[in-house]
Amino acid sequence: MSTKQKPLGWKDIPIGAVAEEYGSASHYETGGWRSQRPVFDPENCVKCGLCYVYCPDASIVMTPEGYPSIRLEYCKGCGVCAQECYMSTFGLSCFKMVDEEEFR
Amino acid sequence: MSKRVGMEVSIAVAEAVRLANADVVAAYPITPQTHIVEHLSELVANGDLDAEFVCVESEHSAMSACVGSAAAGARSYTATASQGLALMHEILFIASAMRLPIVMTVANRALSGPLSIWNDHSDVMASRDCGWIQYFVENGQEAFDHTLIAFRVAEDANVLLPVIVNLDGFILSHMIEPHVLVSQDDVDRFLPPYRPHFRLHPDKPLSMGDFATPDIYTEIKKAQEMALRASRPTIDKVWQEFGELTGRRYASVEPYRTEGAEVVLLTMGSVGETASVAVDRMREAGMPVGMLKLRLWRPFPGQDLLRLVGPARKLVVLDRAISFGAATNPVAAEITTLFYDMEPRPRIFNSVVGLGGRDVRAEDIEAVLDKALRADSRPGPVGEYDLIGVRE
Repeated sequence: MSTKQKPLGWKDIPIGAVAEEYGSASHYETGGWRSQRPVFDPENCVKCGLCYVYCPDASIVMTPEGYPSIRLEYCKGCGVCAQECYMSTFGLSCFKMVDEEEFR
Repeated sequence: MSKRVGMEVSIAVAEAVRLANADVVAAYPITPQTHIVEHLSELVANGDLDAEFVCVESEHSAMSACVGSAAAGARSYTATASQGLALMHEILFIASAMRLPIVMTVANRALSGPLSIWNDHSDVMASRDCGWIQYFVENGQEAFDHTLIAFRVAEDANVLLPVIVNLDGFILSHMIEPHVLVSQDDVDRFLPPYRPHFRLHPDKPLSMGDFATPDIYTEIKKAQEMALRASRPTIDKVWQEFGELTGRRYASVEPYRTEGAEVVLLTMGSVGETASVAVDRMREAGMPVGMLKLRLWRPFPGQDLLRLVGPARKLVVLDRAISFGAATNPVAAEITTLFYDMEPRPRIFNSVVGLGGRDVRAEDIEAVLDKALRADSRPGPVGEYDLIGVRE
């Protein structure tokens, strides 16, 4: 169910609460939950794509150049990208988790 | 086809599923339901039923498979009992919330512990609020007929809800009884192909079984509740259509010798047959007793009960399960609530019988009715009950 629509009354609920618009979860922006933000530094990036694969909210998209780009409207700041980054093995993760306070 | 055929009730139920031409049967064997799905697996293996028989590893998976197949538009059937129903529990609520017209036979059996394979209603009472339409049948013929009726009601465009047909384990499931079957032509006329309102299909993607935030969950539950209540006219209409087709007429509550009855007995399931013997004997001895047989448990036919109890001042409610620590037992709770606003209201007596397969004899019922006849009719006390036959 989208949070952007006008609130539905019970008579408006489709049979079985089916959402005829598929992929409507994209209307549900979860970025507001975040307390830490992943900040990407391309310096170390080897374009392995592990962050894209591991992101549990599919908040990372890959640019045509092969770099990750974070969709902050969905990113909950879990830090999985920073942890799973191939370069983190060498202490050189492409992502640094920064407190949201820093951006206010 | 009006020839009477002797067969085990479980086999008759499976034959009804064959006649209904189910597309998917997903089931796990559990006593006393096993013969139903065992026979269905033979029908599928022999090519007598063109269906997908899914041998699942548990009842949780059986119901989950039915949710998937019904969502894809397949006529879906399963059967279970007791622990199997308990293992399905969480998926039962999902099936009804998704408005999927799955049909399930529950061969009612006591819940463990202690482990008991015999009959009572504790299994279905623990899943009472799962949002399914629920019938209780009294004999093999009703079990066969209601299997067909269940598919017709469940899939009706005005209903689209799953249906449970409760039949007493062993007492019915393993009994060989005479059945009048329905011809394939008649079934095909009675039961049109399932036309789902929404269907999972790659050509038209949609989302089923979604997540709901607090700002919409209440509205979805209200819509579900109203759908179950609104199914009642269709339930009645289908009984009427079935009656016209077969001559066998059913209703939500069936009165038996209630004219002028001072004490009315309320039963659900197979005990109604035993109780009718008790009522006959007492009527012949001049005692004013009658009986109401509750065939529809959900949606609860409150108005029909109020009408049929009529002026009787004493009502004896039989329960086949204990609601531990509750104000009163499951059926008695419904009946007591129903009459609370009535003036004058009958005195309600509650007896729990037949737990874990304990035999219920006509003499037991006579004793319960006799006690009510001799008691005064002032309403109350509420919540007291007799556990029939229990040893001190």
